Amino acid sequence: MTMFNRLPIGAAKPLLIVLVLLGLAAMPARAAVAIQEVKTSSGIKAWLVEDYSIPIVTIRFAFRGGTTQDPSGKEGLVNLMTGLFDEGAGELDSEAFQERLDDAGAEMRFDAGRDAVYGSMRVLADQKDDAFDLLRLAIEQPRFDQAPMDRIRAHIVSGIIAEAKDPESVAKIAWSKALYGDHPYSRQDEGTEQALATATTSDLKALHKRLFARGNLTIAVAGAIDASALKQDLDQIFGGLPAEPSLIPVAETAPKLAQEIRIPYDLPQIGLRLVYAGLSDKDPQFFAAYLMNHILGGGAFTSRLWNEVREKRGLAYHIGSALVNNDHASVLVIRTETRPDRAAEALSLVRAEVRRMAEEGVSEEELEAAKKYVIGGYAIDNLNSSRAIANTLVAIQMQDLGIDHIERRKQLIQAVTVEDVRSAAKRLLSADPAVMIVGPPLERTKG
Amino acid sequence: MIHAGINSRVRAFALSMVALQALMTFEAAAVEAPRGESEIANFLLRNGMEVVVIPDHRAPTVTQMVFYKAGNADEPPGKSGIAHFLEHLMFKGTSKHPAGEFDAKVAEIGGEENAFTSSDYTAYYQTVTAEALGTMMEFEADRMRHLVLTDAVIVPERDVILQERRSRVEDNPEDLLEEETRATLYQNHPYRIPVIGWKHEMEQLNRGDAVAFYDRYYAPNNAILVVAGDVDAGTVWRLADKTYGAIPRGRDLPQRVRPQEPEQNTKRTVVLTDPRVNVPSFQKSWVAPCYRVTEPGEAEALDLLSEILGGGTRSRIYQELVVKQGIASWGGAYFQGRSLDPSSFTIYGSPRGEATIEAVEDALDAEVRKIIETGVTDVELEKAKNRLVRSMTFARDSQAEMANIYGKALATGSTVYDLEAWPLRIRAVTARQVQAVATKYLNPDRSVAGYLLPRESATSGDKRR
Repeated sequence: MTMFNRLPIGAAKPLLIVLVLLGLAAMPARAAVAIQEVKTSSGIKAWLVEDYSIPIVTIRFAFRGGTTQDPSGKEGLVNLMTGLFDEGAGELDSEAFQERLDDAGAEMRFDAGRDAVYGSMRVLADQKDDAFDLLRLAIEQPRFDQAPMDRIRAHIVSGIIAEAKDPESVAKIAWSKALYGDHPYSRQDEGTEQALATATTSDLKALHKRLFARGNLTIAVAGAIDASALKQDLDQIFGGLPAEPSLIPVAETAPKLAQEIRIPYDLPQIGLRLVYAGLSDKDPQFFAAYLMNHILGGGAFTSRLWNEVREKRGLAYHIGSALVNNDHASVLVIRTETRPDRAAEALSLVRAEVRRMAEEGVSEEELEAAKKYVIGGYAIDNLNSSRAIANTLVAIQMQDLGIDHIERRKQLIQAVTVEDVRSAAKRLLSADPAVMIVGPPLERTKG
Repeated sequence: MIHAGINSRVRAFALSMVALQALMTFEAAAVEAPRGESEIANFLLRNGMEVVVIPDHRAPTVTQMVFYKAGNADEPPGKSGIAHFLEHLMFKGTSKHPAGEFDAKVAEIGGEENAFTSSDYTAYYQTVTAEALGTMMEFEADRMRHLVLTDAVIVPERDVILQERRSRVEDNPEDLLEEETRATLYQNHPYRIPVIGWKHEMEQLNRGDAVAFYDRYYAPNNAILVVAGDVDAGTVWRLADKTYGAIPRGRDLPQRVRPQEPEQNTKRTVVLTDPRVNVPSFQKSWVAPCYRVTEPGEAEALDLLSEILGGGTRSRIYQELVVKQGIASWGGAYFQGRSLDPSSFTIYGSPRGEATIEAVEDALDAEVRKIIETGVTDVELEKAKNRLVRSMTFARDSQAEMANIYGKALATGSTVYDLEAWPLRIRAVTARQVQAVATKYLNPDRSVAGYLLPRESATSGDKRR
């Protein structure tokens, strides 16, 4: 049934993902999930949150090195590979593997991110052994048979072709190119029709061998399993992988600012995106910037942009800003969609709010409220299901933030002052941004 | 809703609706769930507000959802979109708490909040730390009756919903076609009207319309409170009695009787050509019963039919059209049984490579025909049952999802008992019953087909380039 929400759910999602990736804020004292570090005799490590209230086990893992590892001219290969792990492994062909997986009652999925390949499995506790055996096969011995490869490739290519005239997709491609030039971040994860056409099963096998190793592996588990059972399972699932991956080095980069990109389309609305510089999650000013972003446009119903553009003037349904941190680049992005006849007004409002933030910073009251939100919201956003817990614990480990991170971050956030926020705002928001306008031309007269 | 985005696992929870009326403190009869702390409580406040408590003590958080039994199918003629507009306006403050205070309170503790409107209900929710539940109830109860609406907030918020319509419907050809297909599938029932409203009617919605809808439907005896999370039934009863319990019972609302569909005697077609479309796609829908209005076992059989026919990569449509014949890049089926009145059953697909949209349509029809003619096997039926039943166990991993499942079911005429008994009812369905509902409801000559086509080729089939 069609649902309409006060806040666009799809639009809110990327912000949530950012929170997870950044592993920000701390949780209320009472919420301390007990994280155990499990290490097997063969050296495989995982973080575990044990809980028996629901008879399911969730495992999440990541191999660092995502779509940036696509060989030149083979863009889309990593994404294609992630579509094939349930399409045959070991002695089992596609049909046999999927039948066994279904009988085992397991949900298994793999996803290609820019910087990592993610995998996960959710299974009923009493069928765990069968399911984990299939997971081992998928990870260790994927077959990449020709027929399923052709089918999944055709599906991906069909998606690329289907979206070739979709303004949103056209804009996304143009935007990535404009921001990142020749860097791997300028590519689309799904690749191109031409590059995918050249992919072979031996390309996939070579890629798998390069990326799937114990040395770039991160694991988290939540649910009805104890440490000693998990140790055995970890050795069984991951023990057969090579020790080290062979990754292509990826250069650090920054988006190209001070440019305007127009994607003209006859549409009922205009999409606006602005990109400013971000900063690394290791940067000493990171939390000040994070709180600043929350006040500017991160807090869904309370931010300055929300109030000025939507609440007071009704110019947008969705408006928000987010700090996005990839392994090799960081940005602050603002995004909204608005009616064409008042798009110029909306854009100048956004720029005025950004200028005000860069020049004046935030008040003590705003900062206090933001701290409460990002500290209190951590458990709600990041630890509210075994799936969320596993995702969060993988992210924290990948950023190398330590097992006490959830508690420690709280202190770091508390320590931020209005002066810190002002300085972070000035640093990130003083430069001229990259701006993208998708849709009919702006009507300057109304602005 | 874009059919490609429909997830059968999610859909499967949605389901249990048979009209048993008993309100009771429920002794969990969950088949594959451990007993004890997870027992669900269900009771009525003195003013008629129904309460469901779903304990989940894994984290110190709690989700409160309040469902009003009023959605867009309950709107007066000519006022389409008023249920959803009111949902937005519910955040504009009360005599006691000015606009923004509730939002600030939720934000202060890092809570999540939102609201949603469907054809049959409107719901508001917050996920917060457990100790904040009482405060959330105080605010939510306050706005049930004390909303203050001025013209100053009406105009900008109406612009917001008009922009929402642009973003979520007009900007996407798939959604435009979905809207038109729905309007063609239902000829008399208000399910034909889009939840967000028709643009020309939305533009005229005003303060009086919002207040009238609010005064008619927003009362404790037309609301359901669902609380899921780190809390026990006694605490919820005490807090709810103090907040919601203090609101006087509203007048008794009449039975929710909407105009029903006439007999369908035609095959109808809706075509949308759009320059933004590069690959065509196809869907075919039928009006089908829902859990509340059906012969016993039929809705369960339809859920299994949709799972077997098109519920994922193990389904007949995927295996035949995508894997074996290679003529489609995706395809499937879905059934929406969780509605107050008869809903819909849909099959869909999109051609791949040199295949035409007609070939996909023919192959989809052939899969339906095969089931009508020869039924389903016991093995595939058993596997489909396993998938649906285990989806209920997986659903328990998210308190918000559980609150959603129970609230929706109760707002569309089902009971807690129905939901708990659903796995048993799914288990009881026979292969013959699945074949019977396919025969009865999926008549190829009484369907509505939707075609999404590229602008260049008004004749379907001819592909890109």
